[in-house]
Amino acid sequence: MTNTNKTVLASLMGQTTLVRGISSILIFLMVWQIGALCDDWFGVDILAIGLVPPPTDVFVAFLEVIPKIGYWQSWVASFSRVLTGFIVAMIIGIPFGLLLAVNRYFRGIFFPPFEILRPIPPLAWVPASLIFWPTNEMSIAFVTFLGAFFTIVINVLGGARAINISYLRAAQSMGASQFDLFWKIILPGTLPSIFTGAAVGMGITWEVVLAAEMISGGGTQGGGGLGFFIWSSYMGGSLEQIVVGMISIGIAGYLSSSAIRKIGYLLMPWKRLF
Amino acid sequence: MSLRDFARSKDNLNNSGLNNASSVTLRDVSKSYGEEWLSDDVLKDVSIDFPAGELTVIVGPSGCGKSTLVNLMAGFEQPDKGQVLVNGEVIHGPAKDRMVVFQETALIPWQTTFENVIFGPKMRGEKSGKALKDEAEALLVKVGLGEFIHKYPIQLSGGMQRRAELARALINEPTVMIMDEPFRGLDAMSRSLMQEFFLDLFEENKKTNIFVTSEVDEAIFLADNLVILSNKPTTVQKVLKIKLPRPRDYKMLTSAEAFEYKREALELLHDEAMKSFAVLK
Repeated sequence: MTNTNKTVLASLMGQTTLVRGISSILIFLMVWQIGALCDDWFGVDILAIGLVPPPTDVFVAFLEVIPKIGYWQSWVASFSRVLTGFIVAMIIGIPFGLLLAVNRYFRGIFFPPFEILRPIPPLAWVPASLIFWPTNEMSIAFVTFLGAFFTIVINVLGGARAINISYLRAAQSMGASQFDLFWKIILPGTLPSIFTGAAVGMGITWEVVLAAEMISGGGTQGGGGLGFFIWSSYMGGSLEQIVVGMISIGIAGYLSSSAIRKIGYLLMPWKRLF
Repeated sequence: MSLRDFARSKDNLNNSGLNNASSVTLRDVSKSYGEEWLSDDVLKDVSIDFPAGELTVIVGPSGCGKSTLVNLMAGFEQPDKGQVLVNGEVIHGPAKDRMVVFQETALIPWQTTFENVIFGPKMRGEKSGKALKDEAEALLVKVGLGEFIHKYPIQLSGGMQRRAELARALINEPTVMIMDEPFRGLDAMSRSLMQEFFLDLFEENKKTNIFVTSEVDEAIFLADNLVILSNKPTTVQKVLKIKLPRPRDYKMLTSAEAFEYKREALELLHDEAMKSFAVLK
């Protein structure tokens, strides 16, 4: 009996969250719709929002682009750039951050130049990388890499340095080798920071890839990615399609950060308890 | 069934050999931190004998370098001068014969209670498989955590964490247990339960125990020997033999004998505390 009650309650709770989520989105769309059509309905133009196409028009535009292969190619192009830059940043950034944390000499040599390069916004690298890398694709990947790299390294470094020294000492007393200390204490202890860095880095990667695509442009139809999709919609004067592109990015970013969260959830069972 | 009966009802798991207790000796140990021109002398010519199989409690005013003593005996730090000897031999770094129970919990958060307990033997490859599993489970049952074996440390209460940590230390079969204010931060009730539980464990396995605390009552209740430290730079003021009979009981703390120990310890500590208080002002 109690058990059934609990499940009913639990499912109700789950539903409420979903219901709450959906209603908040609906309310948002409603405000947008009213704001966008204020001029038509009441003759009053609301600053900024008055010129935005209403959600109904955007929805129609969305239905128009969905069957088009070029739209999906934009998705694939942007996603593959983001993933390339992001994965390379993780592969280089995590060991680099850990080395900075555990080795004094390594830190002494590599931290100062790292700290000088870090404040340079990734977009400031765009012109230089367009010149230095042989293809557009490589320069975009490089800039996206930079976007994630610095954030990941700083998070890994901070996380590894913040590990409670008692864990290391306890493990040492029990006979841990340097190898054990690294794999059993330092690496798992840094995991939460790695995922924080990854989530923030992923966000920056999307920002950067979009801007880089707008700047470098797409060679063939659809090859330019979502950034170029927005830019060409702007050049073509399709306001609705601009918003379609923007929402697509929102969805893409949401999907990527959900994936990171999901992986973190699976890898860190001890973090699920809150 | 209380924790105490629980502990007493269980078989003695760690009384496996005759060599389960080592003596520890500090010989003229000095330690300071910082650069020479601005050095902070923490310990100055400290010599203490910790007899094998006895429970020696170290009390001192706060900030007097008790944790530094622990770090030196555990081998996490090296003395500037003097030696730390275990069974007459100079120690080099940490080793599994000296297990430390840390001030705040040092259970590894990403390992379950069970994984924490088997961590040492498994890592060293000494024991494995079913034998290790059985031993760890028996130990956890003994410390009253039988139902919490697969919980993470964060899911345990403060008292449970300390008991899990005791189990993790004991499975390594240390000859010396070093307890660095292990019950600090527990509420009064858990604290006195833990003290009784800890005493039962000690009276059962008679390992050399070095117990650091800033609570005089706790010190007298537990100790065979009570080492009273001075302010920084720390020296030994006095070593009291606490001759209350074992097994101990909380009621003994109200005996005339215990009061006499307490008066003496408090007098020494109060003078020292006043000095550091005056410095602060």
